[in-house]
Amino acid sequence: MSYLFNTPEQQQEMLRVCGVDSIETLFSDQVPADLRLNRPLEMPPPLSELELEAELTALAHQNGGASTRTCFLGGGAYDHFIPAAVDTIATRSEFYTAYTPYQAEASQGTLQAFFEYQTLICQLTGMEVSNASLYEGGTSVTEAVSMALRSLNGRRRVVVLGSVHPEYREILVTHLQHLNCELVTIPTPAGVADVAQVKAALNDQTACLVVQQPNFFGCLESAAELMAAAKQAGALGIVSFDPLSLGLLQRPGDYGADIAVAEGQSLGTPLQYGGPYLGILTCREALMRKMPGRLIGETTDRLGKRCFVLNLQAREQHIKRDKATSNICTNQGLLALRATVYMSLLGPHGLREVSELACRKAHYAADQLAKVAGLELMFPQPFFKEFTVRCKGGVDRVLKQAAAAGFDVGPELSRFTWSDGDKLSEGLLIAVTEKRTRADIDRLVESLKMKT
Amino acid sequence: MDRSQLKFAKTDEWLALEGDVATVGITDVAVEALTDLVYLALPTVGKQYKAGTPFGEVESVKAASDLYAPVTGEVIAVNEDLPNNLDWLSADAFGKGWIVKFKVAPGTTLDHLMDAKGYAAYWDTRAH
Amino acid sequence: MRNQQATQLLFELSKPGRRAARYPMADVPDRPLTDLIPEAQLATALPPLPEVTEPDVIRHFVNLSTLNMSVDTHFYPLGSCTMKYNPKRHERLASLPGLVDLHPYQTPAASQGMLQFLYEMQQMLAEIAGLPGVSMQPAAGAQGELTALLVAAQYFRDRGEHRTKVIFPNSAHGTNPASAAIAGFECVQLNQSEGGYVSLPELQSQLNDQTAVFMITNPSTLGLFERRIQTIAKMVHDVGGLVYIDGANMNAILGITRPGDFGGDMMHYNVHKTFTGPHGAGGPGSGPIAVRDFLADYLPGPIVTKEQQPDGTVVYGLKTPSKTIGRMRTFFGNVGILLRGYCYLKTLGAEGVKAVSDNAVLNANYLLQKLKHVLPVPQGERCMHEFVASAQKLKTEKGISAMDIAKRLLDYGFHAPTVYFPLVVPEALMMEPTETESKETLDAFAAAIEQIITEDPERLHQAPFTGPASRPDDLKAGRNPVLKWVAKA
Repeated sequence: MSYLFNTPEQQQEMLRVCGVDSIETLFSDQVPADLRLNRPLEMPPPLSELELEAELTALAHQNGGASTRTCFLGGGAYDHFIPAAVDTIATRSEFYTAYTPYQAEASQGTLQAFFEYQTLICQLTGMEVSNASLYEGGTSVTEAVSMALRSLNGRRRVVVLGSVHPEYREILVTHLQHLNCELVTIPTPAGVADVAQVKAALNDQTACLVVQQPNFFGCLESAAELMAAAKQAGALGIVSFDPLSLGLLQRPGDYGADIAVAEGQSLGTPLQYGGPYLGILTCREALMRKMPGRLIGETTDRLGKRCFVLNLQAREQHIKRDKATSNICTNQGLLALRATVYMSLLGPHGLREVSELACRKAHYAADQLAKVAGLELMFPQPFFKEFTVRCKGGVDRVLKQAAAAGFDVGPELSRFTWSDGDKLSEGLLIAVTEKRTRADIDRLVESLKMKT
Repeated sequence: MDRSQLKFAKTDEWLALEGDVATVGITDVAVEALTDLVYLALPTVGKQYKAGTPFGEVESVKAASDLYAPVTGEVIAVNEDLPNNLDWLSADAFGKGWIVKFKVAPGTTLDHLMDAKGYAAYWDTRAH
Repeated sequence: MRNQQATQLLFELSKPGRRAARYPMADVPDRPLTDLIPEAQLATALPPLPEVTEPDVIRHFVNLSTLNMSVDTHFYPLGSCTMKYNPKRHERLASLPGLVDLHPYQTPAASQGMLQFLYEMQQMLAEIAGLPGVSMQPAAGAQGELTALLVAAQYFRDRGEHRTKVIFPNSAHGTNPASAAIAGFECVQLNQSEGGYVSLPELQSQLNDQTAVFMITNPSTLGLFERRIQTIAKMVHDVGGLVYIDGANMNAILGITRPGDFGGDMMHYNVHKTFTGPHGAGGPGSGPIAVRDFLADYLPGPIVTKEQQPDGTVVYGLKTPSKTIGRMRTFFGNVGILLRGYCYLKTLGAEGVKAVSDNAVLNANYLLQKLKHVLPVPQGERCMHEFVASAQKLKTEKGISAMDIAKRLLDYGFHAPTVYFPLVVPEALMMEPTETESKETLDAFAAAIEQIITEDPERLHQAPFTGPASRPDDLKAGRNPVLKWVAKA
């Protein structure tokens, strides 16, 4: 089974046109004999669709998915509700079996949808320009930092808060370690940054300040003050935000971010063990030409009709090669489409409802969990839909008891590397989306009560 | 501007020197090769550039190119209206299409640059 | 008939008061929001998203979808992009509960099925590459390149070697130099070629103790298999450098020859091309890399492990290699795309995988033969999975450009080939039919091109005539970028 069309007779006819007697000759004409793999690949035997489905279903059953268990897991990926209409559009094969819209006339559907995506993201964030997506939230932070380094030529200092997702910070280290720049991480032992301490770390060599809002621990940073501090130092303020918090919280454009990025998974993309997700990147208009990734623009065609094209392509790798703003070639088109449909369905009021539900339920959960002996809130700070619990005596017991009762919580902070690791080893994240009910929360609380 | 009075860089900038002020632009053939220009990034007045380093950028629909300082010096003026009138570059590359004026560093020579004839011959050797 | 709702923007359909999604009332005790969130942090107004109904949304986007050409509706011979059929079983299987709803921080104990598939995929990718170390973390081919180059950098640093240069031929994808620059290397481009192949004297002249990596796409973007790849690899290895194989064109050589067997030290796959993860209107991709054993310790984590317990049970786990370059992205990788690739490989088996390349190469050679008398192929009579034809002669003689042919093909119901790439062929039309097309389709496509070149060149400059747009004004778009819709005041 290879999804092939040509019958043996047709193959013979085609070979005759090629002037050879066998497909083998097409290869032996071109690939030297001593380079050929003269054995079959070692692979499992082929399966029919029926067998494959049985096998995959058996594998899937071994996994604790969010639809069979109750998911309070967070840390950058969340079990939000996805309306059916999102799948209806994303499974239109006119979208998912097309590629990059290089031929505008053959791709107006894709181009218009991405233009709408860019607009919706600007409306959501209050920012001036959005690209048509990046890989995912973590690499988007690194792309934003690269943008800042390019925009403020000569400044080589990057200041990042310790409350930014530890994997996002790791990605930043991987990418910056070969380049000549200085990465400074400000510890956040109180769960949020101390603005005065951040100000002291910013100097005339600082290209940018990276903040996450709400931060990895779930807490709300003083985002406006932090952005203002960056501006004062002549640096760019970068914020990594939660898209679904913006039905309730101030938008990055409102509090003066220069570049705002996000993991867009919560906008209609399923969890699927971490990817593919959606990288959102927005900025102020002045930084537009320093942006990585595709940009769709409006124009008119030969007959004067409104249409859409890939715009400002000269920034990209296929033209600028080693001087490109990024090496990115693909975008996350299908996930951007999902986000577009999701945001369309929500509208301003649906967005508000999702934000508010998650926020109210998370606060109820935090209140109830804090009453359980052995548990307390690790950081007494305002939070949105996620918070950090301290498990006195270690997180293992809590994880086990919750799991046994059908609840998944976490991630535990000890999973990551921290500069002040010991203090955080008892920390456990708990995320509450609009999907969780009061009954779910009450049962989770019940399951964590110390068994005597 | 009289082309025979100009000097040319291998990176397609032209230069006209009057006293210690060098007016710099890009050549007509280079503008034509870039095709439809959409964007020009100018440097800020007061900035210093070393000869051979990029001071600006020009983009067309399908291509992009850095602009390199043909001499070492300080930017004393830029053609501020040019980014909004990019057609001047194709219509009058050596006149209205000037991009920047440098105050050249003392002791600057132009020996590393070509004259009009040399540049024309050099252009012909490049594949387009 | 085209529906208005496709040509209008979503925002123009908006009417205050319309709703699609509605959520339940909160079931937890009601408290003033300012008890939960400090007032200064609360938004003062709602984001101005459009207000539309669910039927609005569906009709709008379904109509938009009909403005696209796609593999499911049209032949799509976009060279270098491997636009093959995307089997529908993959979509259903990737949506199975337990796979689609698994949180990335679920414990390994509750992810054994997921980890088993990922482990088996790792093994299959290693086998097809002939390279034992695999990381599936890269989100796309370009990130695979960057990951491998960072692995190389770390390897050299570990050995106390200071190597700064990455070399590639001028036919390379733009991602190669872009990735090299981001990894902190200097780029050296080879500008000569010998009939489309690397010029060995030029390569030799650039190789020295500064050489870190030589990047080569094999088969190349010209559809040629670099026959002297072993010699080239030896030349690079002799100066202590590493050879990187850009696997964009793996569709030509599956089960035929392996990068690890022809001298490659590192490579990336494009799962969305070769292993039919759908192209998704631009992505997502997935760009796993495979490397030699001595580089495996530098790979980014996590890597999937398999261990036999004393009681005979098998346990899958995650580990980070000891000298890792660090993380490239959040979480494991583009698992949803890897899963589709896995389903594909499990469906095909060894024989089926080789049949893919057999037929991809046969289709490309057949199309080349059908077209060469109207569109010469400068690189000759034979190709692998794709070839690059040139409209240079047509341009000179009749004024018909590669772009004219590309645009007019749309009217004939075919997506255009890749045009004006690679840069080394003038008026390039890069055609990759893939194995999932019939002789009838290839014949019809060739006939369309034969017909097009007899048409009035002046008229061709205006093509297409039938689509939703024709020859957009790129200059206008570029000079005054309009990147979002703005409400009219």
